[in-house]
Amino acid sequence: MRVWLQHHRLSLAQTTARLARSPLATTLNVLAIGVALALPFGVYCLLANLESLSRKVSVDPQLTVFLARDAGRADVATVEGRLKSARGVRSVRFISRDAALADLGHAGGMDEVIASLPQNPLPDAFVVTLSTSDPALADRLELEFKNLPKVAFVQADSAWVRRLDALLRLGRTGVVLLAGLLAIALVAVTFNTIRLQILTQREEIELCRLIGATHAYIRRPFLHLGSLLGLLGGFAALAIVAAGLAFLNRDLATLAQLYGTDFRLSLPSPREMGSVLGAAAALGWLGAYLSVSRHLLEVGRK
Amino acid sequence: MAIIALHQVSKRYPGGFEALKAVSFSVEPGEMLFLTGHSGAGKTTLLKLIAAIERANGGTVLVNGQNVSSMRSGAIPYLRRNLGLVFQGQKLLYDRSVFDNVMLPLIVTGQPYREAARRARAALDKVGLLTREKANPVTLSGGEQQRLCVARAVVNRPAILLADEPTASLDSAYADEIMEMFNAFHQVGVTVLVATHDQQLIGKYRKRVLALDHGRLQ
Repeated sequence: MRVWLQHHRLSLAQTTARLARSPLATTLNVLAIGVALALPFGVYCLLANLESLSRKVSVDPQLTVFLARDAGRADVATVEGRLKSARGVRSVRFISRDAALADLGHAGGMDEVIASLPQNPLPDAFVVTLSTSDPALADRLELEFKNLPKVAFVQADSAWVRRLDALLRLGRTGVVLLAGLLAIALVAVTFNTIRLQILTQREEIELCRLIGATHAYIRRPFLHLGSLLGLLGGFAALAIVAAGLAFLNRDLATLAQLYGTDFRLSLPSPREMGSVLGAAAALGWLGAYLSVSRHLLEVGRK
Repeated sequence: MAIIALHQVSKRYPGGFEALKAVSFSVEPGEMLFLTGHSGAGKTTLLKLIAAIERANGGTVLVNGQNVSSMRSGAIPYLRRNLGLVFQGQKLLYDRSVFDNVMLPLIVTGQPYREAARRARAALDKVGLLTREKANPVTLSGGEQQRLCVARAVVNRPAILLADEPTASLDSAYADEIMEMFNAFHQVGVTVLVATHDQQLIGKYRKRVLALDHGRLQ
């Protein structure tokens, strides 16, 4: 165990020294990895923000139940009772046809038009607030309410939210595809970087093999190098994404002001950042592992 | 029991060149012997078979009772830790000091650092390079570089020392010096096998000589 730790310590020290010795090449490698990671992670962050926005908008999923024009007071009471007793309903608000007409007059400035009408064309209505934003619940209740006596029409207010949801799901699939592709790119970048490093240390590797170094011993410094490159690339990606979000936020602030909201893009959570760093280090490790294994196979075949 | 035993060993390189043909011999523990022959006779190939750097096409190569020619690759490092190798091309690392060159076999085999440093200095002292431990091997003379190779080969206290033309590029005074070192290791019980074409040097020691001629043992 102590030997193992000593090997790791020595190897890590060597690795960092090696990276520090060629700062330009190291920086470029780290940037390449950082950009490759920043793309999917950035899109992921935007989607996550949109998602939270859509959740905020649809916190109160509602159904509007319009009654038939010939519905009497007794019918209104019956329907109200049925609505209130339905499962998954949080609250029911009654809007009488007179109130609706008055509302329209105030809000729309259409007093004159309304005054010229021979009679009130609006029906009585209920605004039903559901307990959860589960689309299945909305569908079920919509169907149920439609079949109540004297109900003319049920309007679900969540249709556009559902459309946005589908779009987001599409976006998420896109992110997964993009991330997969760029993960391969990251492995390829580290593979090649490590390969170059191996070639410059060819003689040392050959000598180590001749004096009894195991494959694990030979691999170790390169695995450290690969993981370290991946990790630094991960940090670069985080920095790129954070800078990108900050830029977008500046422009977004004006837009949000015009819409009277204070919406802004938030940074990913520490857990998400941690997983990006972890994934980057793991992919760097993988690229290094493949690279060294390939080299050992080549020289072993001789 | 013999520490090295070859039985009907043949080695053919891709392209059809037969480097060794039906070679058989055995070496007793603690023995010192020479392997001689013209250039291209198969001396280097023979040493490489013993160190599992090459694999035989036929026959068996036993080292410490283990059949090297059918050894799985994971076991080869542990075989080599029992061998001290002095290579033809020296293979010193010029990106580190004399001391670090000698440390390498000890680091590779996982010796604790302080114990390793003590042994590295002892080995350097034995070959007379202790005062040069901080120097870069490039700054050493040819003879000193060869002595450094010897120090690196013996620092792990191997049971067997294999040397491939260790005196090839040295003048006779340096060559004698190196040979005396091998003899000293032999005296303390190390099995030493030296490949050389220098007949004059061989004549100075009354040791067994294996002569190779076009891949056959005479």
